[in-house]
Amino acid sequence: MSVSSASSRRVLERGPSGWLAAPALFFFLLFAIIPLAGVFFLSFTKWDGLGEIKLDGFSSWTTVLTDPVTGNALWVTAKIMFFSFIVQAPISLLLGVFTSASQKYRAVLAVLYFVPLLLSSAAVAIAYKALLDPNFGLGPGLGIPFLAQDWLGNSDLVLFVVVFVIAWQFVPFHTLIYQGGVRQIPASLYEAAQIDGAGRVQQFFAITLPQLKYTIITSSTLMVVGSLAYFDLVFVLTGGGPGYSTRLLPLHMYLTGFKANDMGAASALGVILVVIGLALALILQRLGGKNRNASQLEGA
Amino acid sequence: MVKLTLRSAAMAVTAAAMSISLAACGSGGPSSASASSDSATMWGLTGGNQPVLQKSIDAWNKAHPDESIKLDFFANDAYKTKVRTAVGAGQGPTFIYGWGGGVLKSYVDAGQVADLSDFIASNPDVKSRYLPSVLKNGVIDGKTYALPNNNVQPVVLYFNKDVFDKIGAQAPKTWDDLMALVPKFKAAGIAPFSLGGQSKWPDLMWLEYLVERIGGPEVFANIAANKPNAWSDPAVKEALTKIQDLVDAGGFVNGFSSIAADSNADQALLYTGKAAMILQGGWIYQSMKTDAADFVKNGKLGFTAFPSVSGGKGDPANIVGNPSNFWSISSKATDSQKKAALDYVKSGMFTDADTQALIDSGAVPVTTGIESKLAASPDKDFLSYLYGMAKNAPTFTLSWDQALSPAQGDAMLANLDQIFLKKISPDQFVSTMNATIGK
Repeated sequence: MSVSSASSRRVLERGPSGWLAAPALFFFLLFAIIPLAGVFFLSFTKWDGLGEIKLDGFSSWTTVLTDPVTGNALWVTAKIMFFSFIVQAPISLLLGVFTSASQKYRAVLAVLYFVPLLLSSAAVAIAYKALLDPNFGLGPGLGIPFLAQDWLGNSDLVLFVVVFVIAWQFVPFHTLIYQGGVRQIPASLYEAAQIDGAGRVQQFFAITLPQLKYTIITSSTLMVVGSLAYFDLVFVLTGGGPGYSTRLLPLHMYLTGFKANDMGAASALGVILVVIGLALALILQRLGGKNRNASQLEGA
Repeated sequence: MVKLTLRSAAMAVTAAAMSISLAACGSGGPSSASASSDSATMWGLTGGNQPVLQKSIDAWNKAHPDESIKLDFFANDAYKTKVRTAVGAGQGPTFIYGWGGGVLKSYVDAGQVADLSDFIASNPDVKSRYLPSVLKNGVIDGKTYALPNNNVQPVVLYFNKDVFDKIGAQAPKTWDDLMALVPKFKAAGIAPFSLGGQSKWPDLMWLEYLVERIGGPEVFANIAANKPNAWSDPAVKEALTKIQDLVDAGGFVNGFSSIAADSNADQALLYTGKAAMILQGGWIYQSMKTDAADFVKNGKLGFTAFPSVSGGKGDPANIVGNPSNFWSISSKATDSQKKAALDYVKSGMFTDADTQALIDSGAVPVTTGIESKLAASPDKDFLSYLYGMAKNAPTFTLSWDQALSPAQGDAMLANLDQIFLKKISPDQFVSTMNATIGK
């Protein structure tokens, strides 16, 4: 009896055994670190995917870094990232707050909002491609001339169409995160605020928003870093076109590797993508994570 | 062997790394399709010729249970990526489906496909069954690496006879005729040309034919041969300028760069009368025959050669497109797989039943001596026209995106897209493309 309680105390002091992390570490090593090292190595080679892999020094890197298409891909990625964030963050925050309340009709709406998340990106892209067709799509079908634009063929318009479709697909996910976050805020805070005479808007800005700080950071990290990984949806919807106007960095990497069959350059682009992704994640964590001792709950 | 293992490992590593960011973009191939299992494997394309190929293989497997072939189908674009990755990793099929050209050459250079020259030499029947102009597309440096396996697919100018009657016009014979038709159709509220611009490769057909008509087949032959500054030939610039003139004149349907050819929306514009003409491959006849049976049956579908350009050097009988698709045999296949594969090529392909099935589907097989069969078909007008076109063409230029290396092809399609959108000038196109020569 005394032995076991002593050992359990020791477990509590040291935390659980480090071996519990072993399986996760193993898979992380196998599927993330080793391939990453492989890609880093391949970026110094020349390989068309079929023949021999030849060491080639920095030539893939010079090709990639001097190619105007890479710069354009970075710019397009930055624009998509910015606009996606601007569109998705407020919508999902407001929807999350709205659906967190307990009324029945809100629960029904929450389920409806959730539907796009159940569809695969490819299915979403194919559906939108059909809906946006200028001759056989939604516009001509319903006889609404405004909807019969050249949505996917106009270089200036297509970026916003892509942002919209991405938002349509991913807002439900972030709504869910915010919904959970709002539900964790103690009701006593709102009760106290009501007694002090705070209105709804005041409550939102003085309680809900500050209490959601970490939820906002989590959701923003996922949004910003996630926009580096938008691939399948854009690939099916526009294929990067027209021209290069929606050729995002991940799409550019894929097309360079598997369409143009230049694995060296594609690997260099992959390394760039990883570096940018890690840097962004770090910055976002720093933005909110400094003051770890600040309590999020009552009495803060 | 060591090299092969390193290569497989590298391929696995690349695939895994890319899949970190490309989570939902594909699945593993059928496990039974690996080259190590002992029955021969074949990867075909979904769509037009799928039922014909399935029937041919079913018949073969029934008659030769000891040499059976396992057949799987993939969508066109997905196949092109998948087969290359699979072959590079030593997991490719016994039968590699292809288009000839630069892609075939890259397989040959990597030693991935078997030299069939001896097989051809010892089986004269196999050689003599093909149209010679088609057969030579599987030859690289004097050796045969690929054999035609389906139908001739030249690019044809299709038109809707109903809308031509409506404005009382004739099919264009020259580029000037064509330009003169544009305002007439526009005045009647009909788009002169349909175009699946989002898919990019339909754009290329315009450039291919215009360069061919203006400068003759040598212009592209020089480009394909990687001669320095080959894109600077004045014919290329003139062709690009003509394309932009046609765009300016409103020749293409509104929103053409949103239209995907993969979903056949471009053909639909033609047979619904929303567009008067379309420049497309011979294969769309097969799909229109299914999708718009009445339109085709009632003779509303017209077809003609691409117009000539005044002062142009090219013979108006020259054609561009895909001479055929091809089978190559994997050099990594086991002996028994190779034997089964060659036996099928020898006696299982282009049987009477196969040839008839192709003709019934609205396609022209690449074999000789089929005139009487074509004449007996309900689609005889189109089929005989296509057959004559392929047989009598002095030059049959392979689609450029297949003829060039993959890196050049990718850059060409993206830049041509911008020509159609008027985002770049012909001069910019030429200098960008000159920089890709040799890549």
